[in-house]
Amino acid sequence: MEEMLRTEDLWVSIGERQVLKGVYFSMNYGEINVLFGPNGAGKTTLMMTLMGFPKYRVEQGKIYFKGEDITHLDLYERARLGLGISFQRPPTVKGVSLEKLIGIINTNGRSKEYLDSIIEKLNLSRHMQRGLNDGFSGGEMKRSELLQLMVQRPDLVLIDEPESGVDIENIALVGEAINSLLGKDKVKDKKRSAIIITHTGYILDFVNADKGYIVFDGKLLCRGNPRDILSEIKKHGYRRCAECR
Amino acid sequence: MPITKEYLKEIEEKALKAKDKKALYGPDINLEKYTQYIERGKIESLESLSRQVKEAAILTGINLEEKERSGSYMQIDQSVVYESLNKSYEGQLEIMSTTDALNKYDWMEEYFWKAVPVDMDKYTSQVALNMTHGYFIRVFANQKPQYPVQSCLLVAENYVSQNVHNIIIVEEGAELQVITGCSLSKNDAEGIHLGISEFYIKKGGKLFFTMIHNWADNFHVRPRTKIIIEEDGSFINNYVLLKPVKSIQSFPVAHLKGDRSSAKFNTVIYGLKDSYIDLGSRIILEGEDTRGESIARTIGADESVIYSRGDLIAKTKGYCLAHLDCRGIIFSKKAKIFAIPELVSEGSMKSELSHEASIGPIAEEQVEYLMSRGISKDDAVSVITSGFLNLDIPYIPEFLDKNIKEVIKATAKDAL
Repeated sequence: MEEMLRTEDLWVSIGERQVLKGVYFSMNYGEINVLFGPNGAGKTTLMMTLMGFPKYRVEQGKIYFKGEDITHLDLYERARLGLGISFQRPPTVKGVSLEKLIGIINTNGRSKEYLDSIIEKLNLSRHMQRGLNDGFSGGEMKRSELLQLMVQRPDLVLIDEPESGVDIENIALVGEAINSLLGKDKVKDKKRSAIIITHTGYILDFVNADKGYIVFDGKLLCRGNPRDILSEIKKHGYRRCAECR
Repeated sequence: MPITKEYLKEIEEKALKAKDKKALYGPDINLEKYTQYIERGKIESLESLSRQVKEAAILTGINLEEKERSGSYMQIDQSVVYESLNKSYEGQLEIMSTTDALNKYDWMEEYFWKAVPVDMDKYTSQVALNMTHGYFIRVFANQKPQYPVQSCLLVAENYVSQNVHNIIIVEEGAELQVITGCSLSKNDAEGIHLGISEFYIKKGGKLFFTMIHNWADNFHVRPRTKIIIEEDGSFINNYVLLKPVKSIQSFPVAHLKGDRSSAKFNTVIYGLKDSYIDLGSRIILEGEDTRGESIARTIGADESVIYSRGDLIAKTKGYCLAHLDCRGIIFSKKAKIFAIPELVSEGSMKSELSHEASIGPIAEEQVEYLMSRGISKDDAVSVITSGFLNLDIPYIPEFLDKNIKEVIKATAKDAL
């Protein structure tokens, strides 16, 4: 498969703090990659940098997406190019309802029937009139994020901790929605890709990931089968990563 | 039978004593500057107004075809140019000028200057001494007209002092919606609008009142409003100011006299240019089990100065519940917002009064959140600002929404 995303020697700081220290990463169309790593290692920073949030300053290195250098492209332009993100903790926007936002981002003119069906599937009918994430539970926030992404239809989805704050029952629903978003429930349309951050690995029971990486102290280490990496982490924690460096 | 001469004399005497009395808030205006008087004739329909006047009226929510309206009232400068009642609502309500109502009904003594004190300040005095009409709307007992009454108070000439006295009576069990727009047909007009509004909501009555103000850079505005609400009555007020004004000062009072009565104020203020805006709302909770809510959304752009006041005063011996929610966003380094909430309990042992007030910028993380969905920064700011202002008001036309988006785009560039 053709290459979709590549980073070269990516150095990123937040304020005065150097977080990413030379990340080399690449992935092909259709792949699902998983990032593991201890808190503060730089997983979310990598994701936010790929998406283009201004707080994450690229000091050095390049990001290529679909063959284009997007290192200095605006956040919204990256979204329009085909990048999408599901936040771990999205902000509350009281005056803007979920329905209003869905209407704005539905630039592909998806039918009302389609929208109604996915809203119902994600069990969000009662949340559409409410302000974005206003009083939403952890699971409701994740479902709302996935609904927005299903309307936006990005080629590469960045999903930050899909299971955090979600009860066991809802993880299956979230997993199903991710598969649907990536077209994994269809024979065709296999080109959509994802990068998923997970601490617990629960999501791997529902989503068939291709590769796993450990992010440690601002670098990517230990590429491999995500299940093998997870089992290694469960046995030994991240101690061995320090030795690997 | 008209109102008695004795009563009018009494009003005049009180007004004369307050002729030079300065108002508690707002810059003092020299009223002697505004002496222009223009007499205008009646028109057959709102469609026959001049293009300039039509445009100004439309911007305040006036429907020129009178579709989905139960009646209309229009005044230009000092003259009443149009009054009409949709035939299907005859017997449900009446609309006329307050001058005509004073000539027609002697019982107007019970309402005329009974809520707002005539000697409150020099502006109430000016209206009492030189009243130039105003609207009178009465909805009869248990009548609930489906559509709102629309009223437009427009100033078309320079140096006019428009001194209107409006009275609304919602009789027992009746319901009424009113949309009123106040505007100028010339953007550079210099003048003053003084508006006394006395609204009476009887037992079980409901009044849904929307006011849109579109003034201009050289215009002063001093409304004086009081609403008296009897038992089980309710009052909902929407106020929208989206254009510059030289100065405006108003502090309407909803007096919840009756048990189980309620009042709600929604105020939307967009401070532009060097506008001086001092607006608020006061709810007096006197009856038992009364409810009050006051929500203000304020944006300070350019060099505007905004005072956003809110008072809740509990006087009841029984239970009452009221809340103030006063929020502001600053769009410019030169703008000022003062949020002044005040809660008062006068020995009201069971009252529950609360407030939240905040002033801050647009949250960057909210803008970036929307941008991550492919929305440009300008559009994201516009969507968040529109949402913050909460302009979801029935019967407000779509172009007002469009208009506000244009204003936001023009002023929000420096917001982040």
